[in-house]
Amino acid sequence: MSDLLVTKGCPTETCAPAALNLQLQNPVMPYLRQERIPHIWCPGCGIGTTVNCFARALEESGLNMDKVAIVSGIGCTGRVAGYMNLDSFHTTHGRPIPFATGLKLANPELKVVVYSGDGDLFAIGGNHFFHAARRNMDIMVVCVNNHTYGMTGGQVAPTTPIGATLTTMPFGNFEDAFNLPFVADACGAVYVARWTVYHVKQLARAMKEGLAKKGFVFIEAMAPCPTLYSRRNKLGDGVDQLKYFKEKSVIKHGANTKDVGLTFQGEIVVGKFVDRERPTWLDSMNEHFAKYFGDKYQRYGGDHA
Amino acid sequence: MDGDHAACEGALAAGCRFVAGYPITPSTEVVERFAQRIPLIGGVFIQMEDEIASSIAILGAVWAGRKAMTVTSGPGLSLMMEHVGLAAITETPCVFVDVQRGGPSTGLPTLPGQADMMQARWGSHGDYEPIALSPNSPQECFDLMITAFNLAEVYRVPVFFMMDEVVGHMTERVVIPDASAIEVVERRWTRKPPSEYRPYAADGDLVPEMVKAGDGYRIHITGLTHDEKGYPAMNPAGQKRMVERLVAKIRNNREKLIDVRGEHLDDAEIVVVSFGITSRVAGPAIEEARRQGLKVGHLRLVITWPFPTSVIRQLAPRVKAFVVPELNMGQMVLEVERAAAGKTRAISVPHAGGTVHEPAEILARIQEAVR
Repeated sequence: MSDLLVTKGCPTETCAPAALNLQLQNPVMPYLRQERIPHIWCPGCGIGTTVNCFARALEESGLNMDKVAIVSGIGCTGRVAGYMNLDSFHTTHGRPIPFATGLKLANPELKVVVYSGDGDLFAIGGNHFFHAARRNMDIMVVCVNNHTYGMTGGQVAPTTPIGATLTTMPFGNFEDAFNLPFVADACGAVYVARWTVYHVKQLARAMKEGLAKKGFVFIEAMAPCPTLYSRRNKLGDGVDQLKYFKEKSVIKHGANTKDVGLTFQGEIVVGKFVDRERPTWLDSMNEHFAKYFGDKYQRYGGDHA
Repeated sequence: MDGDHAACEGALAAGCRFVAGYPITPSTEVVERFAQRIPLIGGVFIQMEDEIASSIAILGAVWAGRKAMTVTSGPGLSLMMEHVGLAAITETPCVFVDVQRGGPSTGLPTLPGQADMMQARWGSHGDYEPIALSPNSPQECFDLMITAFNLAEVYRVPVFFMMDEVVGHMTERVVIPDASAIEVVERRWTRKPPSEYRPYAADGDLVPEMVKAGDGYRIHITGLTHDEKGYPAMNPAGQKRMVERLVAKIRNNREKLIDVRGEHLDDAEIVVVSFGITSRVAGPAIEEARRQGLKVGHLRLVITWPFPTSVIRQLAPRVKAFVVPELNMGQMVLEVERAAAGKTRAISVPHAGGTVHEPAEILARIQEAVR
């Protein structure tokens, strides 16, 4: 088989080993806890695609993986932490952000990523999101938005567009949805982007940028939930939702986040909306105390035992 | 120094370098002092958006290697129960300080109560065994806080520090010993390399060794029922293995975890069982009873959970009654009654809270009990 690859696909000697490696190992595998695969996600679910993008972002980030920690809440996306070959924490429903806050402040050397779903982060966990963004806590938050509560069987979420039908909105949803990038922007996030799982390259690139960015980073990754959301709303399977993402997405970098709200099967504005600088909570604390206490103050952060 | 401030100093002496809290009377002075003290000591105080956030931020800090606590009162403690459970199942050593006030709900924000005792024991869902201590003076707020942090590390459980408004706001002399005279238990870090380490594999004492994030162990920590690797094991066998160990690591050490202070117990026909501020009020009542020739002893519970069942069990056959004053409508008296197992009576001296008992109320129940 290796002979075939060398002779057929790679005329030069230099590219032969690369082709061999592809056969031996998928580049994202070192970033996964391989003994925990297969995962629990349904066929056509978009969460796994976001994980693939995240693994590629980690690969390209140049970070020391021993110093990256991932924190999830509860739900389908909440299971991501358990599949990543990182220090990983699967916490309580809605609370990954305050857990991550404690982790980051207690050891500022860590790169801390929160990876959770729309219900976890914006319904039960909404308050924590607002305040971590306000404080510019130095964490990256990835929100997989599938418009519904998957783990519990497809209930209405704070991201469900009006008109979609869910088990707890059996006659169609009549509640307004959150426009997540607008919320993140308004609360003070320094980086805000939205992509869908059709945009794998862009999503991976956004995650890579997010990992390199200091401060509160928010990335919304839109993903289909074929089992519960798509089926109940007669939207076909995962592939049909990807087609929708492909056809109805419009890339508008720098778009005013006020204008990127989502509607049922309507246009999806994707892109990088916010990229700005603000001092993080820890930098502000250090600067303030250094000013207040003068030489008596020893900068907090590099002294971790 | 008052009890709230002494509690803060005790935490600092125990090595606590991270506090997350949310303002609530009558506990706020503890975190205010911490916020004042920590910048030049080296650590972090953060006022979170609520008690739910505070109670999980401390768990994050512990997994990054710090010693941490949060501080609250009844309404806040109700919100924190979610993470008492997470601390229990993930075996995260931490301290929850509850400066008790009158309840239920908003109740009496500025006035004392001892009505959170059962919540401390049973407040979060599922089976687990917390530890609770009940200081009765500012000096004990200092001393026992160090014990609280030490016990958290030894057993890897959430430890409750059950103060009350009077103990918190009472000012008395507090002696702070030299740091070299204070025994501080450090975290039991593993010496195993990552390839051999399993986060929830425990030896004979049933308490696993710990690591922290960032050390290359790539741990997975979950609030789901998990196996020794920390991976979800959601089946009856996994549940049995995990829950039985969580419970046994405390139950097997129940005798070691007894801290009671006895007085006049040798000849006692009546034993007053008290804890926290109520022990200070029971004192004069017992003295007066003894002046009247009644054989009354005093048993003060310092560690309130796990309950010192064997102590009560030994006393029960030779006393006429236990008299149990507490600033609630009868919580710990149920434990006394259970431990006495019908060998003698347990007489409740309830109080709805808002102030402490009059010693005369306790004396009256002692006199009744003798008859």
